[in-house]
Amino acid sequence: MEFISQHPVLVVSLVKIVILLLVALTTLAYLTWFERKVVAHIQSRWGPYYVGAHGLLQPLADGVKFLFKEDVTPPSSDKLLYILAPFLALSLALTTLALIPFGPATIYIFGQPTKLIIANVDVSLLFLFAITSIGVYGVALAGWSSNSKYPLLGGLRSSAQMISYEVAMTLSVVGVLLVAGSFNFNEIIEHQAGYYWNFIPRWHVVPQIVGFLCYMTCAVAETNRVPFDLPEGETELVAGFHTEYSSFKFAMFFMAEYANMITVSCLATILFFGGWLSPFPDSWMWTQYIPGAGLLLLGIYLAYDTVRNMRGIARMQLAVVTILSLGIGALCLLPSVMPVVQGPFWFLSKVLVILFFYVLTRGTLPRFRYDQLMAFGWKLLLPVSLVNLVATAAWFVYGWVKQG
Amino acid sequence: MSLPFILFFVFAFIAVMGAVLLILAHEPIHSALALILVMVSLAVLYLLLGAEFIAAVQIIVYAGAIMVLFVFVIMLLNAGVEERTNWSKIAKYAGLPLGIFLLLELAHFLARSGAGATTANGPGASNAAFSTRALSELLFQKYLFPFEATSILILIAILGALVLAKKDS
Repeated sequence: MEFISQHPVLVVSLVKIVILLLVALTTLAYLTWFERKVVAHIQSRWGPYYVGAHGLLQPLADGVKFLFKEDVTPPSSDKLLYILAPFLALSLALTTLALIPFGPATIYIFGQPTKLIIANVDVSLLFLFAITSIGVYGVALAGWSSNSKYPLLGGLRSSAQMISYEVAMTLSVVGVLLVAGSFNFNEIIEHQAGYYWNFIPRWHVVPQIVGFLCYMTCAVAETNRVPFDLPEGETELVAGFHTEYSSFKFAMFFMAEYANMITVSCLATILFFGGWLSPFPDSWMWTQYIPGAGLLLLGIYLAYDTVRNMRGIARMQLAVVTILSLGIGALCLLPSVMPVVQGPFWFLSKVLVILFFYVLTRGTLPRFRYDQLMAFGWKLLLPVSLVNLVATAAWFVYGWVKQG
Repeated sequence: MSLPFILFFVFAFIAVMGAVLLILAHEPIHSALALILVMVSLAVLYLLLGAEFIAAVQIIVYAGAIMVLFVFVIMLLNAGVEERTNWSKIAKYAGLPLGIFLLLELAHFLARSGAGATTANGPGASNAAFSTRALSELLFQKYLFPFEATSILILIAILGALVLAKKDS
């Protein structure tokens, strides 16, 4: 306890980091489940089904499988970089989460007041871009250190792609910076408070719709996802930069990709959709009950599903999920907890919607050709985001809008 | 000892080790990575001084942009292990003593001036002026002309690179 009282900030930050990592890694695992389910239903399949109720234990089974697979290191590879690359990719992808604000509420850990954010730096956005820009090395080094043809080509492709789209992505976001007048995530979010005609939220997506479309396209390309997943285009490159990776190192690349997906979705939420702000006006008091009531309704549906459709061990597993959902729902309705959960609830809901669109594009769009991809990035997205930037700047200079 | 104080020495050590590795490494890509390590630890040192903007820009520009291009070129050319040459005589008999002399001289002046005694003792000890807004006001108002002149210089350099690269076709 003495240590806690001497280094309050350090201890509180460590606690928050541990909590966030646990939540983030669980979310990563279940994001794979979510994606497989959605894509399966797009293709009229069931998706993960047998391991646990509705395949809910599939991520766990996958994790165990990866852990126990043989870890092959190619003899001609550069050992140090070969091992370093997946660690670099995953740790950098997870680090960005430290900059994400999850809510405006102040909570108490060991009696220390603290916000729902790990690192509230002055230039959050720049830091995020700084960390993601180093993330390229994970992919590039993996491709190079494998010392094999396809990984090298995949690594080259993906680093070229990530560099190209980073430019357009950064430029598409500058418009928002101009509107908000700050680099800090909390200030950007607070700037989006208020409503047009008292009910349409003043989110930046309205004035910055062009910037948003550019950003989302670049974000999909940055994270190497379909339709921009050239670095791992199976038909051409086997599996791209991680061809030679097996076992848990492969899983780390996999997790890094999903962590990056979560990060760019969080960023989209913060910059364009008002972050943790509720979409409803504050005066509508009943909206405070939405998080708790929503979880309770989900719990009731799950209870129905448990009793009606599940048999044997699956019934017990789903019963646990039902109780969790009902319990957390009831907890969210407690007067002391209710104001705290508002921010995280709306934030995570928005992130989930964006992730759903991510998965939807993966399930529906065909892959680009490599030259098309480059032409699209440099010849369309870059000019469009530049024009958007100049137009936004002109908007301010000629005083069509008051800067907040 | 406060935490920033310890962190300063940790990252200063990493930066120096990275610089030594950069010279000693045989593979070009290891050298490039060592340089990235130096850049990142320098960014952490800026961060310890409370200069968040400069730290972020240091990583974005050097580690994220320039060094990615370096690594990219090394990968593209698939450059092998570099060949060592023997030290030239001038480097051995004139360069080495001069280098040591310069190092001693620097150490002497730093020790006498007492620079760093105040800044290494905590984040943002005397750097309130380092906020992004203050920095941008300096850049875009007071030093607007040098800033724009530098931008045009860089633009000319980019155009020059394009012209040179296009010559063959």
